[in-house]
Amino acid sequence: MDGTLQIIGAILTLIGSIFLFLGSLGLVRMPDSYNRIQAGTKASTLGTILTLLGIAFINPDWTGKLILLILFVLLTNPISSNVLARAAHYINIPLYKKTVIDKLKKEETIKVNVSEDKINTNSDKKEDKQ
Amino acid sequence: MVSILLYISLGFMLLGISLSMIRFIKGPLSVDRVISFDVMTVGSLGLIALIAFFTNRIIYIDVALVYGLLSFIGVLIVARYLERGL
Repeated sequence: MDGTLQIIGAILTLIGSIFLFLGSLGLVRMPDSYNRIQAGTKASTLGTILTLLGIAFINPDWTGKLILLILFVLLTNPISSNVLARAAHYINIPLYKKTVIDKLKKEETIKVNVSEDKINTNSDKKEDKQ
Repeated sequence: MVSILLYISLGFMLLGISLSMIRFIKGPLSVDRVISFDVMTVGSLGLIALIAFFTNRIIYIDVALVYGLLSFIGVLIVARYLERGL
C-alpha cells in the first residue's frame, strides 16, 4: 500500500488542504469584498487542484476522471470569480480606503462617454428624418 | 503513513469549510455570502474526492463533478441577478 507514489500523493493532498484552509482564513480576515474574492477564489482553486492531483497519485486507476475534474475546476472557477467581481463593481460596492487604483472605473467612464455620443447622434438623425 | 496524512488533510479541509461558514453567516453584503458559498463548494469537491478514496468508490467522483457544475451555475446566476441582468 505505502509505495513512493502513494506518499507523494499524500503530501500533495496535505499541501492542497493547507491551501484550502489558508484561503478560508483569508476570506475571514480580509477587509473588503474584492480582497475576499481575490483571496478566497485563487487559493481554493490551487488547493482543490493539488488535492485532486494527490488522489490521482494515490489511486492511479482514477486518473482519467480526476483529470477531467481538475480541468473543470481550472476552467470554471476563474470565470465565476471574474463575474462576481464585475457584478460587485457594477452595483457600486465601496472599495477599501487604502485602495490605490481603480482601472475598471476609468474604462467604464470612457465607454459611457462613447455610448452617449452615439445615442446623441442617433437621436439627431431621427429628428432630422421627422 | 498515507492514511494518517489523509486524515490530517481531512481535518484541515473541515476547518477551512467551517471558517468560510463563519463568513457566510457574518458577511455584511450579499457578495460576501456568494463568495463564501463558492469557497465552500470548491472545498467540498476535495472533501468528496477524499471520501471517495476512503470508501473506495469511484462513483463519488461523478457526484463531485455534478456538484461543481451546479455550484458554478449557481454562482453565475446569482451574479447576473446582482447585476440586475436577469
